[in-house]
Amino acid sequence: MPKTKTTPKSSTSRPRTEAPAAPRGADRTYDAIVVGGGHNGLVNGAYLARAGLRTLIIERRPLVGGAAITEELYPGFSFTTFSYALSLLRPDIIHELELTKHGFMPLLMSSTFAPMEDGDYLWLGQDHDENLKEIARHSQHDADAYEQYSHDMEQVCQAIKPLLDAPPPDLFSDDPEELLALASLGSRFRRLDKRVLHNVVRLLTGSAADFLDDYFDSEILKGYLASSSIIGTKVGPRSQGSGLVLLYHSIGEHDAEFGAWAFHKGGNGGFTQVLARAARSFGAEIVLESPVAAVITKGGRAIGVALEDGTEYRATTVVSALDPRRTFLELVNPRELPADLVETIRRFRFQGTSAKVNFALDGLPKYPALGDRGDQYRGFTNIGPSMDYLERAFDEAKYGWYSSRPYLDCAIQSTIDPDMAPPGKHVWSSFVQYAPYELRDSDWDTERQNLGDTVQRTIESFFPGFGDLVLHREVVTPLDIERTVGLSEGNIFAGEFLAPQMYFFRPAPGWSQYRTPIDGYYQCGSGTHPGGCVMGAPGKLAAQRILKDLGRA
Amino acid sequence: MILTSPFHERTSALNETGLWSHWSGHLAADRYQMSDKFEYFAVRNSAGIFDSSPLYKYRIHGPDAERFLAGVLARDVRACPPGHAQYTVWCDDRGFVVEDGVVLRHGPDEFLLTAAEPNLAYFADLIGREDVRIEEVSHDYGVIAVQGPRSRDLLARLIPAVATIPYFGLASGSIAGSPVTVSRTGYSGDLGYEVWVERADALRVWDALWDSVAGHGVLPFGLAALYMLRIEAGLLLLDVDFSSSRFAWTDEDRSTPIELGLGWMFRDLASDDRAFIGRRAIERELAGGTSRWRMTGLVLDWQDYDRIYSAAGLIPPKDHTPVQEELFVYDDDIRQVGYATSFMYSPMLQRHIAMARVRPDLARLGSSVRLEVDVNHRYEYVTATTARLPLYNPARKTA
Repeated sequence: MPKTKTTPKSSTSRPRTEAPAAPRGADRTYDAIVVGGGHNGLVNGAYLARAGLRTLIIERRPLVGGAAITEELYPGFSFTTFSYALSLLRPDIIHELELTKHGFMPLLMSSTFAPMEDGDYLWLGQDHDENLKEIARHSQHDADAYEQYSHDMEQVCQAIKPLLDAPPPDLFSDDPEELLALASLGSRFRRLDKRVLHNVVRLLTGSAADFLDDYFDSEILKGYLASSSIIGTKVGPRSQGSGLVLLYHSIGEHDAEFGAWAFHKGGNGGFTQVLARAARSFGAEIVLESPVAAVITKGGRAIGVALEDGTEYRATTVVSALDPRRTFLELVNPRELPADLVETIRRFRFQGTSAKVNFALDGLPKYPALGDRGDQYRGFTNIGPSMDYLERAFDEAKYGWYSSRPYLDCAIQSTIDPDMAPPGKHVWSSFVQYAPYELRDSDWDTERQNLGDTVQRTIESFFPGFGDLVLHREVVTPLDIERTVGLSEGNIFAGEFLAPQMYFFRPAPGWSQYRTPIDGYYQCGSGTHPGGCVMGAPGKLAAQRILKDLGRA
Repeated sequence: MILTSPFHERTSALNETGLWSHWSGHLAADRYQMSDKFEYFAVRNSAGIFDSSPLYKYRIHGPDAERFLAGVLARDVRACPPGHAQYTVWCDDRGFVVEDGVVLRHGPDEFLLTAAEPNLAYFADLIGREDVRIEEVSHDYGVIAVQGPRSRDLLARLIPAVATIPYFGLASGSIAGSPVTVSRTGYSGDLGYEVWVERADALRVWDALWDSVAGHGVLPFGLAALYMLRIEAGLLLLDVDFSSSRFAWTDEDRSTPIELGLGWMFRDLASDDRAFIGRRAIERELAGGTSRWRMTGLVLDWQDYDRIYSAAGLIPPKDHTPVQEELFVYDDDIRQVGYATSFMYSPMLQRHIAMARVRPDLARLGSSVRLEVDVNHRYEYVTATTARLPLYNPARKTA
């Protein structure tokens, strides 16, 4: 077990409650301080503590998890208020942080249900032959094409996957190590099969619509697949760049299955509690309800942080798990940073475009074509029945308004984890797109319930009687995401997935390796490579960078 | 003519896959729905219901029933008071395991023994001067296993006494007016119970039980999910992890209880004066350290596993489907030191795991061995570490 903890603190006796606790270090001095207890902050802190650093994770809210939390917003009903499923989590993190010891439990989401406007549906599950039969119901041609598509996507994912597990080489460095990394990256792509490489490029640069049109005829299948190409990003399936988003969402490899998703026991909040337990087991301390006002610097290096209440903690390593805007423009004084970096971060695109509407339901909604069945809900319910539907939903966002028929990625998570709701009752999570952060001639405080009504009306149009089941509704606009979680402009990925903001350039040219221009100050949030989703890779890769710089790796 | 369980009318309506295995001459569902993994998670996360009726069942009763069983079963049945159950094995006179099963002690002179294969003649032939009767009652009862973290609370709503049954304890009660016995037993390695009901009442009890669990995420589960559960739980399966000594052709195919990791059954052998079948051989094995093997868990090194497949240009498969076949175990010099009999990717542990037997000196926890896997049609050898069975052992199982 690669556990090199040197501090004599007992980890198992740490209280595991979420009550705000005073840090144990009475002198408030640590080896490392992580600002932000989201999943990347927790992963980062856990790795640092595991390497023996006396580590403090500071969270502004009364619970850890950032956007990956579970809250009882209505008595007896647990909501994944924001982030709602697990897919891209890197498997090495599960093993290295020993998460199964702390309750890691990724429940299978065994089906995907895509209702159609004419009352039909596409329902895919775990049985390969059944899936082909189901697709053939819509297009015999597509059933065969789906096999080719799946194989091609897997090849692309397998080719791209190693990029997730290593920092991008620094394009701007003359360091031989960086040049070597760059050369090995080049040779990796040179070794790829021509067709695979071409597919990689088509996806990284082109639109999802173009890519999918090459395989499929069926609108429902294309609508379902293209849905992954717009999540969290202000693009439509016909926009260049949507291919990249599609690829990103296909690359999760839950239990070696590319693109498979899981629902963590207790929701993503259940998952971040597991991370917190793991971090504590390695000796990390976590303080809650402690908003950080600033990183304290001296002579161009970080020496600690100051809370809003004036409390100061000292450490020679300070890590920001916040997004790039907060990391570079708020926690530190931009005047301490190079002008080109400040300029890049100022124009870094956030423009959150997603919302959530969560419902507590009195029972399972019915889909007319399926009568009393309810097992179609054991996974995602994808309301995006055609490419046109998705593109039209995007049209309105282009002009500053939310979709009147939004794309919805829904999940009745209580069908997978009965602990989410009382027996016979359910929680329904709907991810909503498009809901642009900036509204034309209005604001989200005014439009919040109108968005809720729009979403509910859309669901009702597919699931008649849905509204009668609603016991409680929670609307989470991009503004709410920003206010509650701190993600700038409510962008769920801490910065959009656009090519100029990825890999070498995430979050800024020359600063993609988790360092900052301030010595001892690092970044580990989703605004760094590889990016958002509950993946944990930024937190881990940043920890590797830090430990290397400290001569401990 | 293939038989059906007393619950078949209900289980067949629930089985959407049309997939059935033959188990002791009965139809047994492989999986009820397209995803056995989803059924598996119902057990680990809420509760699952499994029809274990096809097990062979023997009623053994009479004034000498205890004395008889104490002489034919290797584990001391006298340590199992009325109202309790016991997992046990029976051996031949050379100390090789014939079979394993669970004995339920309903009263001082009243036992029910389960077995995977027919054993009526075997036991009947062993009756000497004892006043004991053995009856085949395999078809007289239906057995519903309710397994998983919610099982206690759900069953206690029907039979309050269930709330306090200890691990391997029994309770009596009634469901829908029909008398049932509930044992805190099962084959999942989780908190779980089995409900024993007379055949005539089976459907009534199934319906009442099924209706009572609505809304709790409870699913029926089939053999595929059962095998996943039992491998994580380190529970032996006849004809997979061991063979009956009665029908083995060679001693290579026979196992002693100690070799199967059941040495704990003989912890009190010194103070136990029973002359049970196989005793002398077991004593000799214990004293001489002559065991050829030791059953152990194996946990595969995930990095090594991923490396081997990735180097071969493949996506490292992580398939939960149990492989219940032999895979050889080697040392670092690729000399065979044992063999695995059950192998799977464990969703709870997120690792490939195996039940294996290795040379006793390698059974020390944390020993490093290699397990063969076939990659691109040739064998590769993945590093694995020996670990204590059961590999998944939640506190709630016995709490």
